Amino acid sequence: MMHTHLLDRYREAQSVIHRLDPRVKVVVTLLFIVSTALLPDGAWFAFALSFILVLSCSFLARLGVTFALRRSFVVLPFALAAITAIIAVPGRPLFMWQIGGTTIIGTDAGVVRFLSILARSWLSVQMAIVLTATTNVPDLLHALRHLRVPEVLVAIVGFMLRYLSVLADEAARLLRAREARSALLANRRGGGSPGWRARVAGYMAGQLFLRSYERSDRVYNAMLARGFAGRFLAINPHLMREHDWWALAVTVVALTVVQLAGQGFPPG
Amino acid sequence: MHPDTIATNLRASPTPEPLSLVADDVHFAYPDGHVALRGVTLRIARGEKVALVGPNGAGKSTFMLQLNGILEGRGRIEIAGLPVTKRTLPQVRARVGLVFQNPDDQLFSPTVFEDVAFGPLHMGLPADEVRARVDRALDLVSMAAYHDRQPFHLSMGEKKRIAIATVLAMMPEILVLDEPSAGLDPRARRGLIHLLRSLPLTMLVSTHDLAMVRELFDRMVIMDEGRIVADGQTDALLADRALLDAHGLEAP
Repeated sequence: MMHTHLLDRYREAQSVIHRLDPRVKVVVTLLFIVSTALLPDGAWFAFALSFILVLSCSFLARLGVTFALRRSFVVLPFALAAITAIIAVPGRPLFMWQIGGTTIIGTDAGVVRFLSILARSWLSVQMAIVLTATTNVPDLLHALRHLRVPEVLVAIVGFMLRYLSVLADEAARLLRAREARSALLANRRGGGSPGWRARVAGYMAGQLFLRSYERSDRVYNAMLARGFAGRFLAINPHLMREHDWWALAVTVVALTVVQLAGQGFPPG
Repeated sequence: MHPDTIATNLRASPTPEPLSLVADDVHFAYPDGHVALRGVTLRIARGEKVALVGPNGAGKSTFMLQLNGILEGRGRIEIAGLPVTKRTLPQVRARVGLVFQNPDDQLFSPTVFEDVAFGPLHMGLPADEVRARVDRALDLVSMAAYHDRQPFHLSMGEKKRIAIATVLAMMPEILVLDEPSAGLDPRARRGLIHLLRSLPLTMLVSTHDLAMVRELFDRMVIMDEGRIVADGQTDALLADRALLDAHGLEAP
């Protein structure tokens, strides 16, 4: 039996952050991301303040100060898509490249824009990492449902999280089965042509799709058998307590300070 | 006939024992033309535990899916006197506790609690009643400590127990289990046998596990090629080598 735990981002612990109402955590994370996105280019002081906020959340959640930082590196490749900003924003030229007949000019404003985009995405991702590390999947789904995210979306996310590991196990079994029969004879070239191997891989992907499709049928039958009539129902187990309101208030104040700092120190 | 005689006759005729399940001449063919059921007739009295055996492809699972109208064929099915029709489906589904073979198909919610609460919630019960039923159902399958666990963390045996709890919470008239002991290690299988013995419910259980059948079920029904080919005392049927051979079964 295989166990693929792709989605185990949750870190079991007892902390102020873990005990917060998941709705508060989702709202705080969203506020933080919006605030970060609103900061103007080059508001380094405000970015630093935001970073301190992330660090204090990690600290309060007992994740270790650099926890979110270490996990956030996975998004770097995506942030690099913003690298074109360096040459796309007009400003004082810093360097020049000659490629064929075109000249590419990097500007100071471009570099500031690029680094700011990097900082924004990096900070946002770190906060999201703290959220998923301190809130388990069921709580997260509840929070989304109670925040009036459309039922169908929450259900899709829920099914995905529930079955992604089942699907990954199935894929792992297929790969293992292929491995087990990918034999070679001692004095013979084997392995087949690249085209043939690609076709095998294609069949495997198709297999996986069909199996998932059939499984979805069986899951739906199981839902019907227990009276499913098109609506997702849940009991509300969440209650806002005093420290939840405090957390929300502190966040709003902190983000206001960040915004004041950011908007007060425009670049240049 | 004199009115008095009629009254006497009415009094004299014993009230018939209520039947949990009546299936009369049920036929079914899949959309691709494959004929899966060719006239299945079966009666199960309240409280009876019946094993349904037969080779793969005999129509056992197809028959079970007829019982709560997920598949609809020709013929008549009644659950505790309620005929299975389009109109009665919601009530029928509250009466038939269908447990699928693969618990991963059955446990689709993020937590054990939510999964067990799924049926009762859809029956429109108030929140307190739903919670009480979930607690009772999990207690019955000795899984009370698993309330907040996520299904993909559980072992096969644990998943099977939870899957049974999901329908026990609906307090069904009849429990219908599709190969419950498949894929279990001996200890989990033993636990399942104890569990099924302890549940005071009408049961129809499809299985290849004839050792379990001998231990647990007094009555055994053999299906093959979409028909019921034998229905009787488990001991008698298991002693009939010729019958077992003819339908690809092996005495334990």
